[in-house]
Amino acid sequence: METVLKVEKLETQFKLRTGVLKAVDGISFEVEAGRVLCIVGESGSGKSVTAQSIMRLIDPPGRIVAGKIWYRNLDLLALSESAMEKLRGDRIGMIFQDPMTSLNPVFTIGEQIVETIVAHQGVKKKEARARAVELLRLVGIAEPERRLNDYPHQYSGGMRQRVLIAIAIACEPDLLIADEPTTALDVTIQAQILKLLADVQKQLQSAMILITHDLGVVSAMADEVLVMYAGRMVEYGDVATIFRHPRHPYTVGLLDSIIKLSDNRDSELRSISGLPPVPIDPPPGCAFRDRCSRAIAICGEQDPQPYNTKTGSIVLCHVIAQEETDERQVSA
Amino acid sequence: MTRFIFARLLTIIPIMFGVSFFVFMLAHLAPGDVTTTLTGPYATEEVREQIRIKYGLNEPLMVQYGNWVGRIVQGEFGKSIANRRMVAELIFPKFANTAILAVTSAALAYVIGLFVGVFAASRPYSLFDRLAMAGTLMVGSIPPFWLGLLLVLLFSLTLRWLPATGMTKIIDGGYPGDVILHLILPTIAAAAAPAAIIVRTVRATMLEILSQNYIKVARAKGIRRNVILRKHALRNALPPIATICGLQLGYLLGGVLFVEVIFAWPGIGSQLWAAIQARDIPTIQGASLIIAVAFVLVNLAVDVFNAYTDPKIRISEGMRAR
Amino acid sequence: MSTSGSAGPGQDERRRSAAELRRENLHIMMRTLTLAWHAFAKDRAAVGALIFLVVVVLISILAPYISPYDPTDAVAKRGAPPGTEGVILGADLDGRDILSRLLWGGRISILIGFVPTVAATAIAVFLGLVAGYIGGWIDQVIMRVLDIFFAFPLVLMAIVVAGILEPGVATVIIAITIGLVPYITRLVRTTTVSVKQQPYIEAARAGGAGVPTIVTRYVLPNMLAPVIVYATTLIGLMMVVGSGLSFLGLGVQPPDADWGIMVSEGRAVLKKAPHATAFPGLVIVVVSLAFSFVGDGLRDALDPRARVR
Repeated sequence: METVLKVEKLETQFKLRTGVLKAVDGISFEVEAGRVLCIVGESGSGKSVTAQSIMRLIDPPGRIVAGKIWYRNLDLLALSESAMEKLRGDRIGMIFQDPMTSLNPVFTIGEQIVETIVAHQGVKKKEARARAVELLRLVGIAEPERRLNDYPHQYSGGMRQRVLIAIAIACEPDLLIADEPTTALDVTIQAQILKLLADVQKQLQSAMILITHDLGVVSAMADEVLVMYAGRMVEYGDVATIFRHPRHPYTVGLLDSIIKLSDNRDSELRSISGLPPVPIDPPPGCAFRDRCSRAIAICGEQDPQPYNTKTGSIVLCHVIAQEETDERQVSA
Repeated sequence: MTRFIFARLLTIIPIMFGVSFFVFMLAHLAPGDVTTTLTGPYATEEVREQIRIKYGLNEPLMVQYGNWVGRIVQGEFGKSIANRRMVAELIFPKFANTAILAVTSAALAYVIGLFVGVFAASRPYSLFDRLAMAGTLMVGSIPPFWLGLLLVLLFSLTLRWLPATGMTKIIDGGYPGDVILHLILPTIAAAAAPAAIIVRTVRATMLEILSQNYIKVARAKGIRRNVILRKHALRNALPPIATICGLQLGYLLGGVLFVEVIFAWPGIGSQLWAAIQARDIPTIQGASLIIAVAFVLVNLAVDVFNAYTDPKIRISEGMRAR
Repeated sequence: MSTSGSAGPGQDERRRSAAELRRENLHIMMRTLTLAWHAFAKDRAAVGALIFLVVVVLISILAPYISPYDPTDAVAKRGAPPGTEGVILGADLDGRDILSRLLWGGRISILIGFVPTVAATAIAVFLGLVAGYIGGWIDQVIMRVLDIFFAFPLVLMAIVVAGILEPGVATVIIAITIGLVPYITRLVRTTTVSVKQQPYIEAARAGGAGVPTIVTRYVLPNMLAPVIVYATTLIGLMMVVGSGLSFLGLGVQPPDADWGIMVSEGRAVLKKAPHATAFPGLVIVVVSLAFSFVGDGLRDALDPRARVR
């Protein structure tokens, strides 16, 4: 399958009064057509900034300072703003987090869908409206012809998110980026929206990046998983490997904290103690070392580099790298 | 929508009564006997008694008020103390002149305010933006009467480019070009402060809107920058901007007084000032009533406009009609 | 009453803790003020403006001692330009020293800005608290009455009221106060209403506090910040309005001076002696700007949301 998006060592920084915030600090991954990559992490781990960096929607005081982003064979970082505008909404579609504030309150739903279609596909308004009706039907809005003329405040949260999905797929993009599309919705609606996303993605055979902090979503939707912490990647691999053989201490902790039916009712909830650091002028070394039970001296001195574990995932961890290297030496 | 307008008009009625009552009370609140305010200090006692009977001044206050309102509504504003003419004759034509000045100033303020404000918001913290902020701060602190004098000093007295006073040339004047020439300096003097306020409001509103999520979504759709500014952002910025613009127009209707005095513009402001100097209460009453009514109507228009552009209100009204 | 003699240790404890609470409240207030001051001090323009204003006020107070001449004495040629012997800033149309008149006039001009704002704020806080907290028909009545005042542009209201009364400084002060009360009251009322809906007010009520206590101890302190910011900016603006009224002849009467009437008098000699108009106007602008900066600085200091840049 062809690679739709390839990100290499992306670094995005924000210049604040208090220092330089390294929101994304060296992320690399790829997504192929028809596959779903889930980027997982806590709030503040840099997931949204990554997505916005790909779309080049980062505003000052933020800046993409290093790395490469390839959409097919186009270097996105080298494109002019108007060339990027042509890609956005057309070849790359993005779905944002909060449906309640993501639609312009003074335009009808129809106008907002039609706008995308007209901007990129050069069709007349009438034809665009017909397509908009089809799109609304596709995402599960009843009576689409009538509802086209409604305003956002007449839609519920779940319906608005469906509309936002419709807008994102209006031009049949081959890359979809969904930034926590279900976080702001009721649990019952979440499942519906996720299913809709999965269906849509399958139909379009587009690559999808799904950003979430919910491991349940990851297990349901992901083909590949990228775990982020404090702006850095810590583990990257396919979903089965990550869930069955988590290697990085952070990933292990995350999965461990999931409550299972088999757990004893009276046992304590497991969590990782402490809070993630805010990556302003971060010191050298692994970002997780202060909360890591396995940290060794080098973790505080050198940034860990990507290491291919024998279980199949890529981790950035001195301890794991050391451990496996030692094992190989022992068995050699 | 019409339902909304009706409701609004209803709320205006008590305000109009209150305003007219206040204006009516001006005559009674002025120090000295009421008859003095109506006929001047030199009237004899017999004349005063006649006045008292004619205007029913011996009757209870509310009855007097009622009579006064009755007269006003018929256009009878009383007779000016200062020059023996009917107040109505004095102030209505002057109001038109003031309207010309106020509307022109407002238009200038709107245009400058909108363009500079939107441009500053599209490039926040840039050199232009910082200059604009500093500039508006300074201009907004300049008293209009001083600004007017400076303009006269520079353009009329020193450079001799533009006329200093009046609305038309005294001899052979009155054609549109002549009026326009006389309009330039007063307009600049009057529009400066409102323009500064509008720039700041537009910029602040636009900045706030541009930080909204739906703007980000629009950008993610690949919509071009100017389109986003013009269509998406500006449209949402209309209510607060329209409100400020309306307020400034209203303020201009009254505040243009200073400019009229300095430039001897024959408007209702300078008429009011002359009346104040002469303690011509009936004229004061007439002039302030007209300005207040105009102000209230302008604010009403702004409210209606805002309601019309807000889909929530427009839709809900329509639905109820269904 | 002799029952106080039978007050046991329990009573004493309660009384002591009331005094302790008051001291604690004082501490908390001092800490908040210190924090606010630190935040304010970060804005260098605001601090500079504040120092400038303090200097200006001091100079005004000391005017009788530092003024070179009596402001009503003719000491030089009519309209003498700045730099003439004895009159640094020149003389006005009657030969009076402009510098002296600026110094003495400052007392009045600043007073005209300051007093109405303070008076109007006091009145407005009372009215707004009552309207906002008690609500109901009192609120409706107060707001309807204010709506009537809002029907007049502020400057017009002040001019008309001043025009009705005898000209003088007191008139200007009264007129501006009357014109200003509705605006501040509206702000106080809106803030009071939003504070009133906070959970801690309900908690206080549940704790048995009476209305006056709640209003003075809980609502008032929390509502003051935006009002103080607004009032500070208003001082400068009202000074400008007051100068306008003096310009129109409704305020200070000749031969006394304030900045507004100086501009008006300078009009007569605008071409020959422009400095007579330029200097007083310039002073008005600069002082008004200073108040704006201080007001901005206060707003940023008292606003709990931190500034991004």
